Amino acid sequence: MKTDYSGTAPQIPGVSTLSRRDLEIIADMIDQGSRVLDVGCGNGALLDYLGRNKGVDGRGIELSQAGVNACVAHGLSVIQGDADTDLEHYPDDAFDFVVLTRTLQATRNPREVVSHLVRIGRHAIVSFTNFGHWRVRIEMMFGGRMPVVGEDGASWYDTPNIHLCTIGDFSTLCDDLGLRVQRALSLSHSGSARELKSAGAAANIRGEEAIFVLTRE
Amino acid sequence: MTVTRDLSPVSGGDNAALPGLQVELARDEPMRLDSGQSIGPFTAAYTTCGDLNSDKSNAVLVCHALTGDQYVLENNPVTGKPGWWELMVGPGKPLDTDRYFIICVNVLGGCLGSTGPRDINSDTGELWGLDFPVITIGDMVRAQALLLDHMGIDQLFCVIGGSMGAMQVLEWASKYSERVFSAVPIAGAARHSAQNIAFHEVGRQAIMADPDWRKGNYLREGVNPKGGLSVARMAAHITYLSETALHRKFGRRLQARDAISFGFDADFQVESYLRHQGSTFVERFDANSYLYITRAMDYFDLAAEHDGVLAGAFEGTTVRFCIISFNSDWLFPTEESREVVRALNAVAANVSFVEIDTDKGHDAFLLEEPEFYATVSGFLEGAAEHRGLTAK
Repeated sequence: MKTDYSGTAPQIPGVSTLSRRDLEIIADMIDQGSRVLDVGCGNGALLDYLGRNKGVDGRGIELSQAGVNACVAHGLSVIQGDADTDLEHYPDDAFDFVVLTRTLQATRNPREVVSHLVRIGRHAIVSFTNFGHWRVRIEMMFGGRMPVVGEDGASWYDTPNIHLCTIGDFSTLCDDLGLRVQRALSLSHSGSARELKSAGAAANIRGEEAIFVLTRE
Repeated sequence: MTVTRDLSPVSGGDNAALPGLQVELARDEPMRLDSGQSIGPFTAAYTTCGDLNSDKSNAVLVCHALTGDQYVLENNPVTGKPGWWELMVGPGKPLDTDRYFIICVNVLGGCLGSTGPRDINSDTGELWGLDFPVITIGDMVRAQALLLDHMGIDQLFCVIGGSMGAMQVLEWASKYSERVFSAVPIAGAARHSAQNIAFHEVGRQAIMADPDWRKGNYLREGVNPKGGLSVARMAAHITYLSETALHRKFGRRLQARDAISFGFDADFQVESYLRHQGSTFVERFDANSYLYITRAMDYFDLAAEHDGVLAGAFEGTTVRFCIISFNSDWLFPTEESREVVRALNAVAANVSFVEIDTDKGHDAFLLEEPEFYATVSGFLEGAAEHRGLTAK
């Protein structure tokens, strides 16, 4: 009797396409056949896409056990782990790209995490929700309430997002750490991407999400 | 080698009557052991299922646990029960016998066909008994490697096993990394903990305290330290379960009586269960083998020969690893697996790590745990794709 195990793990969406705009853009940035570590890889959609379409040797770290089990059951190399505590075990320059998408805000020590990303990888790619976006500012200014951002729509008291930042804030952190911003993009609500020439006020207002490509100087 | 005995490992009989395959290894040159002694020739008893493909790239070595054997799928000839891992191995199972060629060998020092302390030392014509050399996990794996040489298999697609099997998997991946494409150590550790050595010592002392043990010479004297071995098994069996599982299974329920007896009968179901575990175990296992194999586990410490740095055991490895642990396993807790994962990360190895949520304790790797089998299935699928093994 054939046993079908596929029903026990959640399906990974999109084998040939990615459902998230930031992941599409990041996938384009990653070279064919490179070594990639996806920190906070969720259900492994990006790793799966990169493996199938770009011949990438991909690894993932994911906090949620359900996410990890789904990834491994789909043949992806993923470990259960925490960006705050587990990155220190990786050697320098182990990967061509280390990716951190929509995860930085949930780490306890983002500064430390970003330092590890550029140490472990020749390039670090970081995407995050921009808290300097005009919609967020208006909500705060006129609503007088903490803006609810992120996929889970959690309230301030139960959100895992504890270190929120703006494009301006993140640029400052990169400067402080002495990192080179190789590329920076802002994404509008509709998903159109725009190169950031600098972390100017306009970008910090218009961009709903940002993607930074960093290297050690 | 002519040893006469029946199928039961605890009385006289004939190895040749055992189902499965047997081969004499280390015939030309004795095999060097970690202790400095040598052994050879010796017998390796094993079973295979599935077909080896033309380029011999689909072989999977299953490493059995302390009291396991080579009957991974086919019925055990001693107990008559189905193979010990029939949930994992078979047509359409994660270790799909329609796709992979499965090999399982009784470990060196074992008591179901492979040479061990209850066999005749061909040099002296006497039973080995305690003259059998102390063996290690490394020696067991070295013997398995000789078997693969004999079978003409250069590289295993996968080496997989739970508990002591996981120790062998890690040893394989460390010492013979070029002969291993993927490795799945389940509910294991890179070294035996002080607590686990302590439990083993209790078991060994129980055996040695049995007057019928006769300083290991019981076979020669026609007796069997069943009481001691049975207590060893009972104590060990508790460590394979969890408090939750024991409680769920037995609670404080009484065994075939309405009230406590104010005596030392097996009043409680859990007592009766343990006694049964003990008494059936002694029918299929040799007491001296139990001493030797528990010792091999105690001596296992993969980091030791790398100045205590476990990562050193995996330097430059190309093996794809899938480490699996169970959250209610207190014998080989998840933290032990995590330590292996950290060491593998330190050398940027290709590693997956899954902790399965279950209340079944250490034995969970032998039991119905759908997520566990889905993990192994998915991992092997991915590895097979990378190895170029196409689905049938």
